[in-house]
Amino acid sequence: MKFTRMILLAFLLTLTACGVPAGGGGGSGQPGSQPQTTAYIQNKGSDTMVNLALAWAEKYQSEHPDVSLSVTGGGSGTGLAALVNGTVDIANASRQIKQEELDQAKANGIDPVEFVVARDAIAVIVNPENPVTQLTLRQISDIYSGKINNWKQIGGDDRPIVRLSRETNSGTHVYFLEKVIRLGDKTNKTLFSTDTLLLPSSEGIINEVRQNPNAIGYDGLGYVPPDLKMIAVARDDTGPFVLPSIQTVNDGSYPVARDLYMYTAGQPAGAVKDYIDWILSSEAQAIVAQLGFVPNVLTPTPSP
Amino acid sequence: MDKSLNWREYIITRLVKASGYSAIVFVVLIFFFLLREGIPALAEAPLDSLFGTRWYPIEGHFGIWPLITGSIVVTVGAMIVAIPFGIGTAVFMAEIAPRWLREILKPLVELLGGLPSVVLGFLGILVLSPYLRTFLNLPTGLTALAGSLLLGGIAVPTIVSIAEDALDAVPYSYREGAWAMGATRWQTIWRVTLPAARSGVLTAIMLGIGRTIGETMAVMMVTGNAPVLAVALTSIFHPVRTMTATIAAEMGEVANGSTHYHVLFFIGLVLFLISLVVNVTASSVVFKSRKRAERVLS
Repeated sequence: MKFTRMILLAFLLTLTACGVPAGGGGGSGQPGSQPQTTAYIQNKGSDTMVNLALAWAEKYQSEHPDVSLSVTGGGSGTGLAALVNGTVDIANASRQIKQEELDQAKANGIDPVEFVVARDAIAVIVNPENPVTQLTLRQISDIYSGKINNWKQIGGDDRPIVRLSRETNSGTHVYFLEKVIRLGDKTNKTLFSTDTLLLPSSEGIINEVRQNPNAIGYDGLGYVPPDLKMIAVARDDTGPFVLPSIQTVNDGSYPVARDLYMYTAGQPAGAVKDYIDWILSSEAQAIVAQLGFVPNVLTPTPSP
Repeated sequence: MDKSLNWREYIITRLVKASGYSAIVFVVLIFFFLLREGIPALAEAPLDSLFGTRWYPIEGHFGIWPLITGSIVVTVGAMIVAIPFGIGTAVFMAEIAPRWLREILKPLVELLGGLPSVVLGFLGILVLSPYLRTFLNLPTGLTALAGSLLLGGIAVPTIVSIAEDALDAVPYSYREGAWAMGATRWQTIWRVTLPAARSGVLTAIMLGIGRTIGETMAVMMVTGNAPVLAVALTSIFHPVRTMTATIAAEMGEVANGSTHYHVLFFIGLVLFLISLVVNVTASSVVFKSRKRAERVLS
């Protein structure tokens, strides 16, 4: 008798567990209380762009309650891999799609379409106690590839240099490797020095630079808090040493600036197209400026 | 008694047997999955790259040695911290502490074990690593040492609970016999009780090692993730990159089926094999000591 009572109890519990979501879903179908969502857009990728993408998503959803947007980070590599695998509608990337990723996408029957949605400057940051204020691209390249190991070699104190970087799945990392360490030269095969600390988030870099006077790091302009010191960068020894800001990125004088991209699988249609068009409008670009990135001043056309 | 009892008995016996076998089946299935996804790495990545010393997967450098040495350095360091603290605490709680103190300490240690490792990693970045940098005059506090200290803290509760139970299980007559022969308290503990509880204590240590080698979040936040080949004695004061942090950081970005994907599974396979070796060693030691004990008692 006890045994059968236990079985009955277990059966009832499973029934309630199954019944609750179904009952809850059916019960809240009152008309007019909540608009029906007609479109879901999945947006994934760059951690540099995740705050921007979130701000855009919130603004857009407040104006278009019938569209539901989900934004996740994970790095440009993650977003593009998801686009290649067909699991995401829009991939955010802070670097351009690589040839291998394009080939893999085409092999899966997906044709990525690129949109330049904003611009970003990469700021090189040091601890506020550090006396160094300006560096050339070549010096930064030598620091990060391991040729320069002490701050006194570039005019600072006698301290070892601790290099900080983002992880390899970050578009910021790849961009820094190509444009700064390899100085834009595609045949250059220099790599980051093996003892570069690869921290999993921007917060980690900011935190370490803030309390370690030996540290040098790099990050997107939108993520650098005001209490950290940015280095003025020059293209070469003769050039002007420029601090990153909206003006210097847009007029091209800051050498370490890049475009931020959104990729869709094929030409966008329907809700995705409306969303991308809205992002390229002046209303969304105002949000770009608010977050510390650089609005895309040109009227962009999607590039194949 | 009656037919329904036999029928119930039959069902329960089969269910329990199935659960037992299912554990073995799951482990074997996991092993085969790892093999299936990891072995292609041996074919796709050139062998001198795979067993080289440079880990930079986005450019085709798949050297796993820095990762293996990184994991080993952090684990060895963690064990150097955890074993004395763990065994010491267990001995204190089982042998020396008065009953009321033991009742307080046991739940506190269990609480420490329940702390999420992410929280400890967070404390490591904010508190431990700046302290290590200023105290030891290192270039940076994000080193294998920080990882070892945190992992030692994580492994101690595991070691303590199992070792303490093992020490408890030693029959009281052993201690009485030793005291009767004139041994001091420490001599009893060190030469009679601990050796008698040896199998349980070793199991505790092996479980601690297993826990440490598999720990991901805390080491990812605090060891700096720099793929340096950690072979010198001073490597513990440098940043390292563990196998677990590599898999956690990079699995999200790999395209399904690419070389990088297979190499990451290969690393998972290596981790699995290391855990297997640790556990097999542990059980063989336990098995050997049990046989000796049986011989002595019979």
